[in-house]
Amino acid sequence: MTASDFLSRLLAALLTLFGVGVVIFCLLRVVPGDPIAMMISPSATPADITALRAHYGLDRSIFEQFVIWIGDVAQGDFGRSISLKRPVVELVGERLPASLELVFAALIFGVVSGGLIAVAGTLSRKTPVEPLLDLINGLFLAVPDFIWALALVLLFGVLWPVFPLSGRMDPSVSTDFATPFYLIESMIRLNLAVMLDILGHMAMPVLALGLPLASIIARTLKEALNEAMVQDYVLLGRLKGMSEMRLVLGEALRNAVGPTLSLTGVQFTFMIGGTVIVERIFSFPGIGSMAIDAVINRDLPLIQGIILAFGTLFIAINIIVDALSNRLNPRQTHG
Amino acid sequence: MTKPVLSVEALSALSARNGTYVLSDVSLTLQPGEVRGLVGESGAGKSTIAKAVLGILPSTIRIAGGWIRFEGDDLLTARPSVLRNLLGRDITLIPQDPQTALNPARRIGAQLTDGLRLKLGMNAASARARAFQLMDEVQIRDPARVFDSFPHQLSGGMRQRILIAQAFAPNPKLVIADEPTTALDVTVQKEILRLVRRMQEAHGTAVIFVTHDLGVVAKICDSVTLLYSGHVIEQGATADLIERPRHAYTRALIAAGPRYDRPGQGLQPVPERVFADLRKEIGQRETADV
Ligand SMILES: Nc1ncnc2c1ncn2[C@@H]1O[C@H](COP(=O)(O)OP(=O)(O)O)[C@@H](O)[C@H]1O
Ligand SMILES: [Mg+2]
Repeated sequence: MTASDFLSRLLAALLTLFGVGVVIFCLLRVVPGDPIAMMISPSATPADITALRAHYGLDRSIFEQFVIWIGDVAQGDFGRSISLKRPVVELVGERLPASLELVFAALIFGVVSGGLIAVAGTLSRKTPVEPLLDLINGLFLAVPDFIWALALVLLFGVLWPVFPLSGRMDPSVSTDFATPFYLIESMIRLNLAVMLDILGHMAMPVLALGLPLASIIARTLKEALNEAMVQDYVLLGRLKGMSEMRLVLGEALRNAVGPTLSLTGVQFTFMIGGTVIVERIFSFPGIGSMAIDAVINRDLPLIQGIILAFGTLFIAINIIVDALSNRLNPRQTHG
Repeated sequence: MTKPVLSVEALSALSARNGTYVLSDVSLTLQPGEVRGLVGESGAGKSTIAKAVLGILPSTIRIAGGWIRFEGDDLLTARPSVLRNLLGRDITLIPQDPQTALNPARRIGAQLTDGLRLKLGMNAASARARAFQLMDEVQIRDPARVFDSFPHQLSGGMRQRILIAQAFAPNPKLVIADEPTTALDVTVQKEILRLVRRMQEAHGTAVIFVTHDLGVVAKICDSVTLLYSGHVIEQGATADLIERPRHAYTRALIAAGPRYDRPGQGLQPVPERVFADLRKEIGQRETADV
């Protein structure tokens, strides 16, 4: 990517975020529900309510409110959460890393296991294993993340309780962390006990988020691999003495991976959306479960902050996926 | 008489799709260094013969009988280890479409050398040296650039030169060229034809040249096998077949095809009557077989 490409992508990203900001800001103020109503005590007088409305600027016009908000955001001030009474930046900064660790672990799980299933299916072409894998994967494809979450709770939380049911880590092993990325930090510090505890807590939510991704990657990649495996260059590769494994991994994979990559980008953004429910089911203290509380409490500044964080993440994912597909396609990098 | 390099004997093949014969009782013999044209309209079974020899028939086509002997040994019943040694080394392929026959994601040099390394056990340095020697043989002028290029950076003709170099790389005894010029521009076609012929002469290789163009056959083939609907209609030395065709279909094809020696003449379509006779004859042959 050249410097001007990068600048135009950045500009487009900022414009997109601005658009997201406009839409979410207006939407939140048009739909029914009143943040003040959620926070007052039953004994509050109408005068109290008016004072509170003025305190949060909710007495002004939507346009005025928007200009003030955008001005603050441009300076890095996302306001204060109404329900939690703390700066939105702080709250997002605490919760987002937990969710990022979760979704990236689920991404790695989904890509690796989906990729392995696709390669195994391609290598077992014309054997009874292939339709069996297809069948199982076809069933998995139909199961959404929250159903996985419930099934996993039953399976590994109740019937055979190997994984902790909730939270990010056991309160007893908590140590002081220098960063909000607990898993990564414990890995870097080689703090095995803490790392295993965190991984144990993440296991079920990661599976719930990662299994749907794995099965859709398995199917898409396998279809593309099968298509590539009948190309003439694979035929010639076989004549040149390449093993099936090398034909799949060395010849077909690089040409087959393009559609899977774009799809993974899209699915990954869906998965980030999936954290909202999955984190709630496992009481995982990420940004997804905070989003639900924010909506229930009609905590406008917090909702806006969370949505912008999601938006930034989506845009970043898009840029990364584009850059990766460019790298993978020699036509674009070297042509 | 020398031992033939390839003899296909009474080969029949069935389509699993509709149970019809794709090849019926096909026999042909190739002497070392001979260039045989395999001619016929689309669907005549040319590629099926080529694929049967190379052992790469699709699962939907089944051999129903016959032998494919390479230097006397039947390939259809050979052990996989024997086949692995023969195919890609003694028998190689120049594919039809240079567009799809090179891996778009890998550089030419890597693709040209990996056969040398895997089939001939060369190390990286000697494979590279041999690749440059081969590129010189197929008249690639800037081998260093081509070696480091991706396929899409080369013209169709250039890619086909690479594939020809790749096919002749292990000094095979038999090269199967399946319509190697069909996907190319007319001007490039002639160069590629000449190149195949020159490489074949230099290496003393027998070639099965699949084409639907009798003009091409007249140019570079020593002998011809003419197929229609999986049946051998006529075969023999090129000059004989073209000067003294015995079968009405052959005569009609010669009249129809472009005459490279006499441009502007011919080009009359094969009369429907000829096809009708041909189908009747084939029907009789097939009922006689059963
Ligand atoms: N994969 C396949 N499965 C079954 N039948 C096939 C397959 N490919 C080709 N055929 C049939 O075999 C016959 C010969 O095809 P082919 O050898 O490709 O002809 P040619 O190369 O002379 O054009 C055709 O009738 C075609 O329909
Ligand atoms: Mg063909």
